[in-house]
Amino acid sequence: MNNKLVIGQYLPLDSFIHRLDPRTKLLGAFAFVGIIFFADSWQSYALLSLFVLLGMMISSVPIRYFLRGIRPLLFLILFTTCLQLLFAPGQTILFKIGFIKVTEEGLIQAAFIFIRFLLIIFMSTLLTLTTMPLAIADGLESLMRPLAKIKVPVHEIALILSIALRFVPTLMEEADKIKDAQMARGATFGEGKLKDQMKAIVPLLIPLFINAIDRAEELATAMTARGYKDGQGRTKYREISYGRNDLYVLLAFIGLTGAVLWLS
Amino acid sequence: MVMGIRFEKVDYIYQPHSPFEHHVLKDINVTIPSKSYTAIVGHTGSGKSTLIQHLNGLKIPTHGTVWIDDFPVTAEGIGKIGKALRKKVGIVFQFPESQLFEETVEKDIAFGPKNFGASEEEALKKAAEILPLVGLEPPLLKRSPFDLSGGQMRRVAIAGVLAMEPEILVLDEPTAGLDPQGRREMMEMFYHLYQQKHLTIVLVTHQMDDVAHYANHVIVIEKGQIAFAGTPQEVFKNVDWLEKIQLGLPTATHFATTLIKKGFPEENFSLLPLTLEALADEIAAGYERKKVGDADE
Repeated sequence: MNNKLVIGQYLPLDSFIHRLDPRTKLLGAFAFVGIIFFADSWQSYALLSLFVLLGMMISSVPIRYFLRGIRPLLFLILFTTCLQLLFAPGQTILFKIGFIKVTEEGLIQAAFIFIRFLLIIFMSTLLTLTTMPLAIADGLESLMRPLAKIKVPVHEIALILSIALRFVPTLMEEADKIKDAQMARGATFGEGKLKDQMKAIVPLLIPLFINAIDRAEELATAMTARGYKDGQGRTKYREISYGRNDLYVLLAFIGLTGAVLWLS
Repeated sequence: MVMGIRFEKVDYIYQPHSPFEHHVLKDINVTIPSKSYTAIVGHTGSGKSTLIQHLNGLKIPTHGTVWIDDFPVTAEGIGKIGKALRKKVGIVFQFPESQLFEETVEKDIAFGPKNFGASEEEALKKAAEILPLVGLEPPLLKRSPFDLSGGQMRRVAIAGVLAMEPEILVLDEPTAGLDPQGRREMMEMFYHLYQQKHLTIVLVTHQMDDVAHYANHVIVIEKGQIAFAGTPQEVFKNVDWLEKIQLGLPTATHFATTLIKKGFPEENFSLLPLTLEALADEIAAGYERKKVGDADE
């Protein structure tokens, strides 16, 4: 029944961004993180925000999925923003309470940091919401291929990554099942004192680990039985290829980089 | 107080308002009588497992109410009655051996009772009492559950549920993956418990022979809806319908209907046989009647 369960955040919709090559999206997301550190004016941040919002709109993913991405990092964002606000060096003092002084420069810096966080999270959420985890793994393998020349085990890294990704839903499903079974025996999770909560997790973790190790052995046997040796000369089941749209997106990113440098 | 399990207009929607939304149970209205041995049959993905998870509030209905005796399970959750409900309804999940986690068999069986407030000593005593019920020997108590065979592990896991002394025992395909001998032994064990402890048993199964042998009430679930509820005789009477929805028949019933199709006089069966014994009796009785009839002529 849970065969519709998909890991991470990927939402199986159909949009311009969903159809892009995973490498384009990966490069774009990485480049964006780089570009954003050059931005230091209101205009450049406005442009970057516009760019991200446009991407979010094209992806046709409901906005709440993006907002959900912020939640786990909310504390970090607010903490960093507050640090900037209070301790950034600046001359123009707006107000002062004891040894704490808030400067205009600090306020602006804090706002920039806040927007920067938000945009980076939105951009990476856009990547994971619109790209299947396995496509991300394929994309990474393809992008890392040049490293194979300097003896980096690119294929093995990619294999480990895809297997790990492949088993996330399986493990999640299994964790749910074990949790249900232990709850049916009267266990409670996430209640009581911290010490009790940690203890309560043991009946969940031990079966999960044992099953995972068993499964790893089975997988290794199955791979050996089908003649798996290493990545030498293996072909791909899922081919990825650049298209015209990827070129447009690439050009858009080059344009964005230029504009941000010019505005800053 | 009305006893038994009642589903009243129960809907269950998986992940509503998301692209994964799936209407698993649709307007379920059904009763599982108290002290009955009820079999729930249906295809994989028909909603059987979701249905039984409502019985102890692991899943809660999106709409409607499930009554377990006088405990209501509604969309608001089970709140304060949770513990009492979980103790009342024991669920043995598919492949229950995957829930074992303790260092020793006795500690694992004692996990349930301890969660429901028994002291360490009481719980271990309970474990020792329960073990013979599932057909295992006392020396196993101090062994690690992970040293046991698959069949033994499953028995330990079942003992862990029985140790809670539930009034309602829910079994989700308890014999999956066992060999024929183990299957038979396990089903006999549950039937023995049913008779001895006067439990209500809810069995989810694909084995029509088990339904025919043990159940006295059958619920057929098809695409999230109740397709039929009644006695095994009433269900298996609908031979053509069961074949159409590909649920199949008990071996004996299949044998009898094939005989009839091949020209064996249908009136020889006073009742459609569900078990091998009933089949043999009916055929023998049919011949007796025929003999008497021939002699009369």
